[in-house]
Amino acid sequence: MRALISLCVGGLFGLGLIVSDMVDPARVRAFLDVTGGAWDPTLGFVMAGALAVMIVAWRIAAGRERPFYAERFPPMPEAGVDHRLVTGAVCFGIGWGLIGFCPGPALAALTLGGLEVSIFVAAMLVGMLLHTAARRRTG
Amino acid sequence: MVFVIDDVLNGLVGGLLIGTAAALYLLLDGRITGISGILGDAFFGSRHRFAENLAFLVGLVAVPAAYAAPMGLPSIGISSNIPLVVDGGVLVGFGTRLGNGCTSGHGVCGLSRFSKRSVVATGLFMVAAVVTVFVMRLVGIG
Repeated sequence: MRALISLCVGGLFGLGLIVSDMVDPARVRAFLDVTGGAWDPTLGFVMAGALAVMIVAWRIAAGRERPFYAERFPPMPEAGVDHRLVTGAVCFGIGWGLIGFCPGPALAALTLGGLEVSIFVAAMLVGMLLHTAARRRTG
Repeated sequence: MVFVIDDVLNGLVGGLLIGTAAALYLLLDGRITGISGILGDAFFGSRHRFAENLAFLVGLVAVPAAYAAPMGLPSIGISSNIPLVVDGGVLVGFGTRLGNGCTSGHGVCGLSRFSKRSVVATGLFMVAAVVTVFVMRLVGIG
């Protein structure tokens, strides 16, 4: 049952990414390019739409004991703002700006684009592996 | 500024679909829809929830493919500079794992519950991305 929910949610998420055209890194970079003279506001509308639904969803969650098919709602993260969060977010932002792909759109575009998309996804996995390896070494 | 009404409407509708997906995952399964977390855990995490993470990824990759089959392939405007693509991918993969989230986990799910960590992370990666694009324009790479 939970795998089926995951499949459907992943599919719906992918549908949202292709309908909104966030699978096109050029469009994402056109949003980030605030001084280029051809600023594209689309990503802002995508975020606004997604946040509007999720704000309501958190309200609904707050009024319920538990999710329909799970034991509990995810708790607020216990860690505060730390070096890992700051360094991670800045590294991610630089990579996102360089190419225009964040993880979701890169995966959604995997069958739509050329070899560059596959190379990006492979490099992303290498980056994740580097993090896993570094954490194992440092504890 | 380029304001194309069809583009922003598609953006809004797509955003509502993304928000609905994240809302369903939260309310049905009690999970945060964070793509970097789901991808990283599927490949490098514990075996816990492996089947669910894999199913999510299958949906995420397959539905755009199925959508594009009748609708035609969208333009994927990615740089053909392979070293740049590799650098970008590694930074995105490493950074999202270190910072515990990306545009979906921090940007959509965390921001909407006003998590301090997610507000800070989203602010930082947005500013870092804007500055990166600005510097690339300045020095003429991309």
